[in-house]
Amino acid sequence: MEYLELFFKSIFIDNMVFATFLGMCSYLAVSKKVSTAVGLGAAVIFVLLVTVPLNWLLDQYILQPGALGKWLGEEYADYDLSFLSFIMFIATIATMVQLVEIIVEKFSPSLYNSLGIFLPLIAVNCAILGGSLFMQSREIPTIGLATVYGLGSGIGWFLAILAIAAIREKIRYSNVPPALRGLGITFIITGLMAIGFMSFGGMLTGGDEEPKEENTVLADEDAKKEEVKKDIADNTIKVVE
Amino acid sequence: MGLLSKKDQKLILDPLADNNPITIQVLGICSALAITAQLKASIVMTVSVIFVLGLGNVVISLIRNIIPSKIRIIVQLTVVAALVIIVDQVLKAFSYQLSKELGAFIGLIITNCIIMGRFEAFALGNGPWKSFLDGVGNALGYGIILIIVGFFRELLGSGTLLGFKVLGDPIAKTGLYATGYENNGFMLLAPMALIVVGIIIWVQRSRNKALIEDH
Repeated sequence: MEYLELFFKSIFIDNMVFATFLGMCSYLAVSKKVSTAVGLGAAVIFVLLVTVPLNWLLDQYILQPGALGKWLGEEYADYDLSFLSFIMFIATIATMVQLVEIIVEKFSPSLYNSLGIFLPLIAVNCAILGGSLFMQSREIPTIGLATVYGLGSGIGWFLAILAIAAIREKIRYSNVPPALRGLGITFIITGLMAIGFMSFGGMLTGGDEEPKEENTVLADEDAKKEEVKKDIADNTIKVVE
Repeated sequence: MGLLSKKDQKLILDPLADNNPITIQVLGICSALAITAQLKASIVMTVSVIFVLGLGNVVISLIRNIIPSKIRIIVQLTVVAALVIIVDQVLKAFSYQLSKELGAFIGLIITNCIIMGRFEAFALGNGPWKSFLDGVGNALGYGIILIIVGFFRELLGSGTLLGFKVLGDPIAKTGLYATGYENNGFMLLAPMALIVVGIIIWVQRSRNKALIEDH
Protein backbone atom coordinates (compact mmCIF):
# COMPACT_ATOMS: atom_id res chain seq x y z
CA MET A 1 0.00 0.00 0.00
CA GLU A 2 2.83 2.33 0.97
CA TYR A 3 4.55 1.46 -2.30
CA LEU A 4 1.47 2.06 -4.39
CA GLU A 5 0.81 5.38 -2.68
CA LEU A 6 4.35 6.64 -3.27
CA PHE A 7 4.22 5.38 -6.86
CA PHE A 8 1.10 7.33 -7.79
CA LYS A 9 2.16 10.30 -5.70
CA SER A 10 5.44 10.62 -7.57
CA ILE A 11 3.75 10.24 -10.97
CA PHE A 12 0.83 12.61 -10.59
CA ILE A 13 1.00 14.81 -7.51
CA ASP A 14 4.73 15.49 -7.30
CA ASN A 15 5.16 15.31 -11.05
CA MET A 16 8.72 16.36 -11.86
CA VAL A 17 7.74 18.75 -14.61
CA PHE A 18 4.47 20.20 -13.40
CA ALA A 19 5.04 20.47 -9.66
CA THR A 20 8.76 21.18 -9.36
CA PHE A 21 9.83 22.32 -12.86
CA LEU A 22 12.64 19.80 -13.09
CA GLY A 23 14.06 18.74 -16.42
CA MET A 24 12.45 21.69 -18.16
CA CYS A 25 15.31 22.37 -20.59
CA SER A 26 15.22 19.03 -22.33
CA TYR A 27 11.44 18.97 -21.88
CA LEU A 28 11.17 22.13 -23.97
CA ALA A 29 13.91 21.32 -26.44
CA VAL A 30 13.14 17.69 -27.33
CA SER A 31 9.34 17.87 -27.38
CA LYS A 32 8.83 18.84 -31.02
CA LYS A 33 8.26 15.24 -32.20
CA VAL A 34 6.53 12.41 -30.36
CA SER A 35 9.07 9.77 -31.45
CA THR A 36 12.12 11.53 -30.00
CA ALA A 37 10.17 12.48 -26.91
CA VAL A 38 9.37 8.81 -26.28
CA GLY A 39 13.04 7.85 -26.68
CA LEU A 40 14.28 10.50 -24.27
CA GLY A 41 11.48 9.74 -21.82
CA ALA A 42 12.41 6.05 -21.76
CA ALA A 43 16.06 6.90 -21.17
CA VAL A 44 15.10 9.20 -18.29
CA ILE A 45 12.93 6.49 -16.70
CA PHE A 46 15.81 4.03 -16.89
CA VAL A 47 18.44 6.41 -15.49
CA LEU A 48 16.17 7.50 -12.63
CA LEU A 49 15.24 3.89 -11.85
CA VAL A 50 18.91 2.98 -11.46
CA THR A 51 20.42 6.11 -9.92
CA VAL A 52 17.90 6.80 -7.16
CA PRO A 53 18.41 3.43 -5.38
CA LEU A 54 22.19 3.62 -5.98
CA ASN A 55 22.33 7.07 -4.47
CA TRP A 56 20.09 5.87 -1.64
CA LEU A 57 22.75 3.27 -0.78
CA LEU A 58 25.49 5.92 -0.98
CA ASP A 59 23.48 8.25 1.21
CA GLN A 60 22.65 5.57 3.77
CA TYR A 61 26.09 3.99 4.12
CA ILE A 62 28.54 6.83 3.39
CA LEU A 63 27.05 10.30 3.41
CA GLN A 64 24.58 10.59 6.27
CA PRO A 65 25.84 11.79 9.65
CA GLY A 66 26.99 8.67 11.47
CA ALA A 67 26.57 6.44 8.41
CA LEU A 68 30.18 5.27 8.44
CA GLY A 69 29.70 3.98 11.98
CA LYS A 70 27.20 1.40 10.69
CA TRP A 71 29.85 -0.69 9.01
CA LEU A 72 33.33 0.66 9.86
CA GLY A 73 32.95 0.57 13.63
CA GLU A 74 32.03 3.01 16.37
CA GLU A 75 35.08 5.26 16.08
CA TYR A 76 33.87 6.50 12.65
CA ALA A 77 30.37 7.38 13.84
CA ASP A 78 31.20 11.07 14.34
CA TYR A 79 31.94 11.81 10.71
CA ASP A 80 29.40 13.86 8.73
CA LEU A 81 30.13 13.66 5.02
CA SER A 82 26.79 15.06 3.86
CA PHE A 83 28.51 18.05 2.22
CA LEU A 84 29.93 15.59 -0.32
CA SER A 85 26.52 14.44 -1.50
CA PHE A 86 26.35 16.69 -4.59
CA ILE A 87 29.64 15.36 -5.94
CA MET A 88 28.87 11.71 -5.13
CA PHE A 89 25.39 11.88 -6.66
CA ILE A 90 26.53 13.59 -9.83
CA ALA A 91 29.38 11.09 -10.26
CA THR A 92 26.93 8.17 -10.05
CA ILE A 93 24.63 9.87 -12.51
CA ALA A 94 27.37 10.69 -15.01
CA THR A 95 28.53 7.07 -14.95
CA MET A 96 25.03 5.70 -15.50
CA VAL A 97 24.38 8.13 -18.34
CA GLN A 98 27.53 6.98 -20.09
CA LEU A 99 26.31 3.41 -19.72
CA VAL A 100 22.92 4.26 -21.22
CA GLU A 101 24.67 6.04 -24.08
CA ILE A 102 26.72 2.95 -24.90
CA ILE A 103 23.65 0.68 -24.70
CA VAL A 104 21.48 2.92 -26.90
CA GLU A 105 24.24 3.35 -29.48
CA LYS A 106 24.62 -0.44 -29.70
CA PHE A 107 20.96 -1.44 -29.88
CA SER A 108 19.27 1.49 -31.61
CA PRO A 109 21.62 3.67 -33.69
CA SER A 110 18.68 5.56 -35.25
CA LEU A 111 17.38 6.62 -31.84
CA TYR A 112 20.96 7.47 -30.84
CA ASN A 113 21.28 9.81 -33.80
CA SER A 114 17.92 11.48 -33.31
CA LEU A 115 18.60 12.21 -29.64
CA GLY A 116 22.02 13.63 -30.51
CA ILE A 117 23.45 15.98 -27.93
CA PHE A 118 20.54 15.45 -25.56
CA LEU A 119 21.58 11.95 -24.54
CA PRO A 120 24.80 13.04 -22.76
CA LEU A 121 22.84 16.03 -21.50
CA ILE A 122 20.66 13.67 -19.43
CA ALA A 123 23.60 13.93 -17.02
CA VAL A 124 22.67 17.55 -16.50
CA ASN A 125 18.94 16.95 -16.63
CA CYS A 126 17.75 18.41 -13.35
CA ALA A 127 15.05 15.75 -13.05
CA ILE A 128 17.72 13.11 -12.50
CA LEU A 129 19.73 14.93 -9.84
CA GLY A 130 16.47 16.28 -8.43
CA GLY A 131 15.19 12.73 -7.96
CA SER A 132 18.22 11.88 -5.84
CA LEU A 133 18.17 15.14 -3.89
CA PHE A 134 14.46 14.86 -3.11
CA MET A 135 15.03 11.22 -2.12
CA GLN A 136 17.60 12.54 0.36
CA SER A 137 15.62 15.50 1.67
CA ARG A 138 12.35 13.58 2.02
CA GLU A 139 14.17 10.83 3.93
CA ILE A 140 12.77 7.86 2.06
CA PRO A 141 13.24 4.97 4.50
CA THR A 142 13.91 1.79 2.46
CA ILE A 143 15.66 0.89 -0.79
CA GLY A 144 12.42 -0.58 -2.14
CA LEU A 145 10.64 2.72 -1.69
CA ALA A 146 13.58 4.55 -3.25
CA THR A 147 13.31 2.34 -6.34
CA VAL A 148 9.57 2.94 -6.56
CA TYR A 149 10.16 6.67 -6.16
CA GLY A 150 12.73 6.69 -8.97
CA LEU A 151 10.46 4.69 -11.29
CA GLY A 152 7.42 6.84 -10.48
CA SER A 153 9.21 10.12 -11.06
CA GLY A 154 10.60 8.79 -14.33
CA ILE A 155 7.14 7.76 -15.54
CA GLY A 156 5.77 11.15 -14.51
CA TRP A 157 8.41 12.93 -16.59
CA PHE A 158 7.77 10.56 -19.50
CA LEU A 159 4.03 11.31 -19.40
CA ALA A 160 4.67 15.03 -19.34
CA ILE A 161 7.01 15.09 -22.33
CA LEU A 162 4.76 12.72 -24.28
CA ALA A 163 1.73 14.94 -23.69
CA ILE A 164 3.46 18.19 -24.66
CA ALA A 165 5.02 16.60 -27.76
CA ALA A 166 1.60 15.42 -28.93
CA ILE A 167 0.12 18.87 -28.36
CA ARG A 168 2.98 20.60 -30.17
CA GLU A 169 2.59 18.35 -33.20
CA LYS A 170 -1.05 19.41 -33.47
CA ILE A 171 -0.62 23.07 -32.62
CA ARG A 172 1.17 23.61 -35.91
CA TYR A 173 -2.25 23.82 -37.56
CA SER A 174 -3.70 26.44 -35.27
CA ASN A 175 -3.50 30.17 -35.46
CA VAL A 176 -1.15 31.24 -32.68
CA PRO A 177 -0.19 34.94 -32.45
CA PRO A 178 3.23 35.31 -34.09
CA ALA A 179 5.07 36.53 -31.01
CA LEU A 180 3.85 33.55 -28.98
CA ARG A 181 4.81 30.90 -31.51
CA GLY A 182 7.20 28.19 -30.41
CA LEU A 183 8.51 28.79 -26.94
CA GLY A 184 5.89 31.17 -25.60
CA ILE A 185 2.87 29.02 -26.33
CA THR A 186 4.69 25.94 -25.02
CA PHE A 187 5.23 27.69 -21.70
CA ILE A 188 1.58 28.65 -21.45
CA ILE A 189 0.36 25.17 -22.39
CA THR A 190 2.68 23.70 -19.77
CA GLY A 191 1.22 26.09 -17.23
CA LEU A 192 -2.31 25.01 -18.12
CA MET A 193 -1.30 21.34 -17.94
CA ALA A 194 0.24 22.00 -14.53
CA ILE A 195 -3.10 23.42 -13.39
CA GLY A 196 -4.72 20.20 -14.54
CA PHE A 197 -2.20 18.05 -12.69
CA MET A 198 -2.74 20.06 -9.51
CA SER A 199 -6.20 18.56 -9.22
CA PHE A 200 -4.54 15.18 -8.59
CA GLY A 201 -3.50 16.69 -5.26
CA GLY A 202 -6.93 15.71 -3.95
CA MET A 203 -6.13 12.03 -4.52
CA LEU A 204 -4.42 11.50 -1.15
CA THR A 205 -6.20 14.01 1.08
CA GLY A 206 -9.48 12.07 1.10
CA GLY A 207 -7.89 9.21 3.15
CA ASP A 208 -9.35 7.47 6.21
CA GLU A 209 -6.80 8.82 8.69
CA GLU A 210 -7.92 12.42 8.56
CA PRO A 211 -10.64 13.66 10.91
CA LYS A 212 -13.88 14.81 9.33
CA GLU A 213 -13.60 18.46 10.34
CA GLU A 214 -10.35 18.81 8.43
CA ASN A 215 -11.94 17.22 5.42
CA THR A 216 -14.61 19.84 5.25
CA VAL A 217 -12.03 22.62 5.59
CA LEU A 218 -10.00 21.03 2.83
CA ALA A 219 -13.05 20.75 0.63
CA ASP A 220 -13.78 24.45 1.10
CA GLU A 221 -10.23 25.36 0.23
CA ASP A 222 -10.39 23.14 -2.80
CA ALA A 223 -13.57 24.85 -3.94
CA LYS A 224 -11.90 28.23 -3.57
CA LYS A 225 -8.90 27.05 -5.53
CA GLU A 226 -11.24 25.76 -8.21
CA GLU A 227 -12.80 29.18 -8.55
CA VAL A 228 -9.44 30.85 -8.83
CA LYS A 229 -8.39 28.25 -11.36
CA LYS A 230 -11.44 28.93 -13.50
CA ASP A 231 -10.79 32.65 -13.44
CA ILE A 232 -7.18 32.20 -14.38
CA ALA A 233 -8.01 29.71 -17.09
CA ASP A 234 -10.55 32.10 -18.60
CA ASN A 235 -8.08 34.95 -18.49
CA THR A 236 -5.33 32.98 -20.17
CA ILE A 237 -7.63 31.77 -22.87
CA LYS A 238 -8.52 35.37 -23.62
CA VAL A 239 -4.84 36.25 -23.66
CA VAL A 240 -4.05 33.43 -26.04
CA GLU A 241 -6.80 34.44 -28.41
CA MET B 1 31.75 52.13 -18.71
CA GLY B 2 35.26 53.29 -19.45
CA LEU B 3 36.69 50.13 -17.93
CA LEU B 4 35.40 47.84 -20.62
CA SER B 5 35.93 47.88 -24.37
CA LYS B 6 32.97 47.76 -26.79
CA LYS B 7 33.38 44.02 -27.26
CA ASP B 8 33.49 43.37 -23.54
CA GLN B 9 30.36 45.44 -23.00
CA LYS B 10 28.61 43.37 -25.62
CA LEU B 11 29.51 40.20 -23.72
CA ILE B 12 27.73 41.52 -20.64
CA LEU B 13 24.79 43.29 -22.26
CA ASP B 14 23.81 40.83 -25.01
CA PRO B 15 22.50 38.09 -22.72
CA LEU B 16 20.34 40.62 -20.89
CA ALA B 17 17.93 41.03 -23.77
CA ASP B 18 18.39 39.72 -27.30
CA ASN B 19 20.32 36.62 -26.36
CA ASN B 20 18.74 35.95 -23.00
CA PRO B 21 19.57 32.46 -21.71
CA ILE B 22 16.03 31.73 -20.53
CA THR B 23 13.78 33.26 -23.14
CA ILE B 24 15.94 32.81 -26.26
CA GLN B 25 18.44 30.02 -25.64
CA VAL B 26 15.89 27.99 -23.59
CA LEU B 27 18.44 27.05 -20.94
CA GLY B 28 18.38 26.96 -17.19
CA ILE B 29 14.65 26.90 -16.67
CA CYS B 30 14.86 23.79 -14.54
CA SER B 31 16.23 24.95 -11.22
CA ALA B 32 14.86 28.44 -11.57
CA LEU B 33 11.10 28.69 -11.63
CA ALA B 34 10.17 26.79 -8.50
CA ILE B 35 11.81 29.32 -6.20
CA THR B 36 10.33 32.46 -7.76
CA ALA B 37 7.31 32.67 -5.46
CA GLN B 38 9.31 35.13 -3.35
CA LEU B 39 11.52 37.94 -4.53
CA LYS B 40 14.13 37.25 -1.86
CA ALA B 41 14.68 33.67 -2.98
CA SER B 42 14.99 34.85 -6.60
CA ILE B 43 17.71 37.32 -5.62
CA VAL B 44 19.66 34.75 -3.61
CA MET B 45 19.44 32.31 -6.51
CA THR B 46 20.66 35.01 -8.93
CA VAL B 47 23.66 35.87 -6.76
CA SER B 48 24.55 32.19 -6.38
CA VAL B 49 24.39 31.61 -10.12
CA ILE B 50 26.50 34.73 -10.84
CA PHE B 51 29.13 33.37 -8.45
CA VAL B 52 29.10 29.82 -9.82
CA LEU B 53 28.95 30.74 -13.49
CA GLY B 54 31.48 33.60 -13.34
CA LEU B 55 34.06 31.61 -11.39
CA GLY B 56 33.34 28.32 -13.15
CA ASN B 57 33.87 29.96 -16.55
CA VAL B 58 37.23 31.31 -15.38
CA VAL B 59 38.36 27.93 -14.04
CA ILE B 60 37.30 26.04 -17.17
CA SER B 61 38.90 28.68 -19.36
CA LEU B 62 42.20 28.39 -17.44
CA ILE B 63 42.36 24.60 -17.77
CA ARG B 64 40.77 24.40 -21.23
CA ASN B 65 44.01 23.35 -22.92
CA ILE B 66 44.79 20.48 -20.58
CA ILE B 67 41.37 18.76 -20.30
CA PRO B 68 41.09 15.72 -22.56
CA SER B 69 37.92 16.31 -24.54
CA LYS B 70 36.52 12.84 -23.78
CA ILE B 71 36.18 13.37 -20.07
CA ARG B 72 35.45 17.08 -20.17
CA ILE B 73 31.83 16.67 -19.04
CA ILE B 74 32.91 14.93 -15.85
CA VAL B 75 35.61 17.56 -15.24
CA GLN B 76 33.06 20.34 -15.78
CA LEU B 77 30.57 18.71 -13.44
CA THR B 78 33.24 18.38 -10.76
CA VAL B 79 34.17 22.06 -11.01
CA VAL B 80 30.51 23.12 -10.80
CA ALA B 81 29.77 20.73 -7.95
CA ALA B 82 32.73 22.09 -5.96
CA LEU B 83 31.55 25.71 -6.45
CA VAL B 84 27.97 24.80 -5.58
CA ILE B 85 29.11 23.08 -2.38
CA ILE B 86 30.79 26.37 -1.39
CA VAL B 87 27.56 28.31 -2.05
CA ASP B 88 25.52 25.74 -0.14
CA GLN B 89 27.83 25.77 2.90
CA VAL B 90 27.98 29.59 2.96
CA LEU B 91 24.18 29.79 2.84
CA LYS B 92 23.86 27.21 5.60
CA ALA B 93 26.31 29.16 7.73
CA PHE B 94 24.86 32.65 7.30
CA SER B 95 21.20 32.16 6.46
CA TYR B 96 20.07 28.74 7.60
CA GLN B 97 16.37 29.60 7.29
CA LEU B 98 16.73 30.59 3.65
CA SER B 99 18.83 27.55 2.79
CA LYS B 100 16.04 25.36 4.26
CA GLU B 101 13.48 27.14 2.07
CA LEU B 102 15.53 26.75 -1.09
CA GLY B 103 16.20 23.13 -0.15
CA ALA B 104 17.26 20.92 -3.01
CA PHE B 105 17.24 23.81 -5.48
CA ILE B 106 20.70 25.10 -4.56
CA GLY B 107 22.06 21.66 -5.38
CA LEU B 108 20.23 21.81 -8.67
CA ILE B 109 22.43 24.71 -9.80
CA ILE B 110 24.84 21.90 -10.75
CA THR B 111 22.46 20.72 -13.41
CA ASN B 112 21.50 24.20 -14.55
CA CYS B 113 21.94 23.91 -18.30
CA ILE B 114 23.14 27.51 -18.64
CA ILE B 115 26.31 26.58 -16.83
CA MET B 116 27.17 23.57 -18.98
CA GLY B 117 26.01 25.50 -22.03
CA ARG B 118 28.37 28.43 -21.39
CA PHE B 119 31.29 26.12 -20.58
CA GLU B 120 30.81 24.28 -23.84
CA ALA B 121 30.01 27.27 -26.00
CA PHE B 122 32.32 29.90 -24.59
CA ALA B 123 34.83 29.02 -21.87
CA LEU B 124 36.40 26.17 -23.85
CA GLY B 125 37.40 28.60 -26.59
CA ASN B 126 38.16 31.92 -24.91
CA GLY B 127 40.50 33.49 -22.36
CA PRO B 128 39.73 33.86 -18.64
CA TRP B 129 38.76 37.57 -18.58
CA LYS B 130 36.33 37.25 -21.48
CA SER B 131 34.92 34.06 -20.02
CA PHE B 132 34.39 35.82 -16.71
CA LEU B 133 32.43 38.62 -18.39
CA ASP B 134 30.45 36.14 -20.44
CA GLY B 135 29.61 34.14 -17.32
CA VAL B 136 28.51 37.19 -15.36
CA GLY B 137 26.49 38.50 -18.33
CA ASN B 138 24.62 35.25 -18.81
CA ALA B 139 23.99 34.84 -15.10
CA LEU B 140 22.60 38.40 -15.04
CA GLY B 141 20.35 37.65 -18.00
CA TYR B 142 19.05 34.63 -16.12
CA GLY B 143 18.69 36.68 -12.95
CA ILE B 144 16.69 39.43 -14.64
CA ILE B 145 13.98 36.97 -15.65
CA LEU B 146 13.99 35.40 -12.18
CA ILE B 147 13.65 38.79 -10.53
CA ILE B 148 10.85 39.95 -12.85
CA VAL B 149 8.93 36.72 -12.23
CA GLY B 150 9.63 36.85 -8.49
CA PHE B 151 8.52 40.49 -8.32
CA PHE B 152 5.14 39.90 -9.93
CA ARG B 153 4.46 36.63 -8.14
CA GLU B 154 5.21 38.03 -4.71
CA LEU B 155 3.42 41.34 -5.33
CA LEU B 156 0.23 39.84 -6.74
CA GLY B 157 0.34 36.64 -4.70
CA SER B 158 1.00 37.86 -1.21
CA GLY B 159 0.95 41.66 -1.56
CA THR B 160 4.50 41.98 -0.25
CA LEU B 161 7.95 42.70 -1.67
CA LEU B 162 10.96 41.21 0.15
CA GLY B 163 8.56 40.65 3.06
CA PHE B 164 7.40 44.31 3.36
CA LYS B 165 3.66 44.85 3.04
CA VAL B 166 3.61 47.29 0.12
CA LEU B 167 -0.08 46.96 -0.69
CA GLY B 168 -1.30 47.42 2.88
CA ASP B 169 -2.45 44.91 5.47
CA PRO B 170 -4.86 42.23 4.17
CA ILE B 171 -6.26 41.50 7.66
CA ALA B 172 -6.70 45.06 8.93
CA LYS B 173 -7.91 46.07 5.42
CA THR B 174 -5.64 49.05 4.94
CA GLY B 175 -4.14 50.48 1.76
CA LEU B 176 -5.29 48.86 -1.45
CA TYR B 177 -7.21 46.18 0.46
CA ALA B 178 -9.65 48.85 1.66
CA THR B 179 -10.88 49.15 -1.91
CA GLY B 180 -11.80 45.47 -1.99
CA TYR B 181 -8.59 44.11 -3.52
CA GLU B 182 -7.73 40.50 -2.67
CA ASN B 183 -4.44 38.65 -2.97
CA ASN B 184 -4.37 36.23 -5.86
CA GLY B 185 -3.12 33.12 -4.05
CA PHE B 186 -2.88 31.31 -7.34
CA MET B 187 0.19 33.36 -8.24
CA LEU B 188 2.09 31.50 -5.52
CA LEU B 189 1.40 28.10 -7.06
CA ALA B 190 3.64 26.40 -9.58
CA PRO B 191 1.71 26.86 -12.86
CA MET B 192 1.69 30.65 -12.72
CA ALA B 193 5.48 30.81 -12.89
CA LEU B 194 5.29 29.17 -16.30
CA ILE B 195 2.51 31.42 -17.49
CA VAL B 196 4.33 34.56 -16.31
CA VAL B 197 7.44 33.49 -18.22
CA GLY B 198 5.24 32.80 -21.25
CA ILE B 199 3.92 36.35 -21.04
CA ILE B 200 7.45 37.78 -20.69
CA ILE B 201 8.43 35.90 -23.85
CA TRP B 202 5.35 37.24 -25.60
CA VAL B 203 6.16 40.84 -24.67
CA GLN B 204 9.80 40.45 -25.65
CA ARG B 205 9.02 38.98 -29.04
CA SER B 206 6.32 41.50 -29.85
CA ARG B 207 8.90 44.25 -29.30
CA ASN B 208 11.61 42.57 -31.36
CA LYS B 209 10.08 40.83 -34.39
CA ALA B 210 13.42 39.27 -35.37
CA LEU B 211 13.08 36.79 -32.48
CA ILE B 212 9.80 35.24 -33.65
CA GLU B 213 10.08 31.53 -34.48
CA ASP B 214 7.98 29.66 -37.00
CA HIS B 215 6.12 27.09 -34.88
